[in-house]
Amino acid sequence: MLDMQDITKVYAAGLIETHALRSLNLEVKSGEFVAVTGPSGSGKTTFLNIAGLLESPSGGRYLLDGQDVSGFGDNARSKIRNEKIGFIFQAFNLIPDLNIADNVDVPLRYRGFTGSERKRRIDEALELVGLSSRRSHLPAQLSGGQQQRVAIARALAGDPALLLADEPTGNLDSLMARQVMDLLEEINVRGTTIIMVTHDPELARRAGRNVHLLDGQVSDFQPLEPPPAEADDDDGVRSVA
Amino acid sequence: MTAYYLKLAWLSIRKNPLLTSLMIGAIALGIGVSMTTLTLYYVMSSDPLPQKSDRVFAVMMDTWNPDDPYTELNDGSAPPPQTTFRDSMALMESDIPTHQAVMLHKGFAARLDEDGARPERLSTRATYGDFFPMFDVPFLYGGGWDRNADDRAERVVVLSKRINDKFFGGEDSVGERLMLDGTPFTVVGVIDEWRPIPHFYDLNGGDFDDSEELFVPFQVPISLEYYADGSTNCWKPERIESYQDFLQSECVWLQHWAQLDTDAQRDEFQSFIDAYALDQRKLGRFGRPLDNRLNDVMTWLEFREVVSDDNRLLMVLAFMFLAICLLNTIGLMLAKFINRAPLVGVRRALGASRFDIIRQHGIEVLIIGVMGGLAGLALSWVGLIAVRSWYSGYEYLAHLDPAMVASAIGLAVFSAALAGLYPTWRISRIQPAVHLKAQ
Repeated sequence: MLDMQDITKVYAAGLIETHALRSLNLEVKSGEFVAVTGPSGSGKTTFLNIAGLLESPSGGRYLLDGQDVSGFGDNARSKIRNEKIGFIFQAFNLIPDLNIADNVDVPLRYRGFTGSERKRRIDEALELVGLSSRRSHLPAQLSGGQQQRVAIARALAGDPALLLADEPTGNLDSLMARQVMDLLEEINVRGTTIIMVTHDPELARRAGRNVHLLDGQVSDFQPLEPPPAEADDDDGVRSVA
Repeated sequence: MTAYYLKLAWLSIRKNPLLTSLMIGAIALGIGVSMTTLTLYYVMSSDPLPQKSDRVFAVMMDTWNPDDPYTELNDGSAPPPQTTFRDSMALMESDIPTHQAVMLHKGFAARLDEDGARPERLSTRATYGDFFPMFDVPFLYGGGWDRNADDRAERVVVLSKRINDKFFGGEDSVGERLMLDGTPFTVVGVIDEWRPIPHFYDLNGGDFDDSEELFVPFQVPISLEYYADGSTNCWKPERIESYQDFLQSECVWLQHWAQLDTDAQRDEFQSFIDAYALDQRKLGRFGRPLDNRLNDVMTWLEFREVVSDDNRLLMVLAFMFLAICLLNTIGLMLAKFINRAPLVGVRRALGASRFDIIRQHGIEVLIIGVMGGLAGLALSWVGLIAVRSWYSGYEYLAHLDPAMVASAIGLAVFSAALAGLYPTWRISRIQPAVHLKAQ
């Protein structure tokens, strides 16, 4: 699904260059649920932005669904984002003036679906996240967990192959975070590839595989084993031997 | 998608009513001021006889003082804009022009024959019958008069529609009698609405005067020994003890117009006038260098400075004001759009292309433009009412016509599009990744 080869990202501000990603190599297979962890400044968000085609890499090769998208222009990247990628953000990023159904409708509008097709997809997505009865509510009228479920419905409505989640439970209490994670797992079971950036080791453990970023490079990636009951200090990340 | 963008634009406008009102207000103010000025300029500079203005000519003959040119007009050495009685009568003998008319303005007291009511003094043009076909005057009933009526100073009259409505209830009054200065006149025609702007054929009373209520043969006031109500200018110290002395004097007080349909006709008439002037020179007249002119309508209006340099300057200033309003609108729009960058970032992440963002904001800009244009039209309307009430002579000038309404809307939409160009471009170029985390 996703294959990054020697990806670099350099931000230049005057004479100062910041290397956010250094020769990053990562392959994610279709249907995987990958958690990306790492300390602040390790390049997690930059990785996610490049994976989601929100930014272009400074170097390297990025294959998405078998297609080399490294050199794609803005229009082509917009189209791929719309058709193949779903985003879930920490701050939900719903559009406050639009009701729930209209929020879910946003990517479908850009996709050019007919009205009836959009309605069917909106109904299905809201049904999946259990918010069909709230379709006319504004985001501000929902709890944080409900808003994140709307964001998930919006991400899924276009039936993307890849779901990118950036700290999806960062703004939620533990109960709601668990519900959201349950939902993501359910989505993954249905076949959608998920890459989730998180600080939370408990959430990372629930992913099928954990990738640890350090200084803009993958420092560790292997399937996680269930945490030992006594390992209170285990952050869910295992170093490569 | 257009309906979707219209909905988004409406939501945006509703969300920030104050900011939107400021933008609409800035555009409206600029449009209002510039359209008020432009309307005045447009009407002032419009062609009052568009179908034939290049074939109808004001006749000017330099009969003025050989030692001191007629300096009232713009180039300082031009002939006087009016003619003497005897010169005009001499030119009227020519059959070169297709139509030719001398004219003067005079007030006549009018009442119905059997009516004991007090007569009403009405603006009257005394002219030749050719006046009507030459200026394409539209008739409701009847028509003008012929050359015989001119020569015999027949008591015939053509009424304006307003006067026919007033005295005859709008009925066909041809053949009816109307008392003018106590003398019975027979109505031979009633003209339809006719108000050439500017009042090009006689600019003495004001460039934008209403057209006259009555029209009588030129020789009528002459036979009654009437002087004109308009401007009379004399340069020569002459003994004028009788009306005949006045008619033979060097005083200029008549307007003389001729229709010359071809260049050959024009050249021939110019030669005729010049030959006449040279002939008169032998009699001690026309002492100035030969300078007789035939100015077509638009040249005539330019020569008479109907649209002054002040008007042009005012229009430039009005459009500079519009530009300042637009700069303010750009600032407000930029603030509004940039404030929305996080939401645009979300839309971009969800698949909106730059073009989608441009369309979304472009439609919002156009809606603001249309609203600004409509508000600007209302301001123009108020502005023109103010012009009409503050300045006399502008009563028939300061009106919005459909063309100007369309221009106002067009100008507003164009202005808003211009103002929205940079903010729209800026918002379409934002980096979504920068704003997604920040929201």
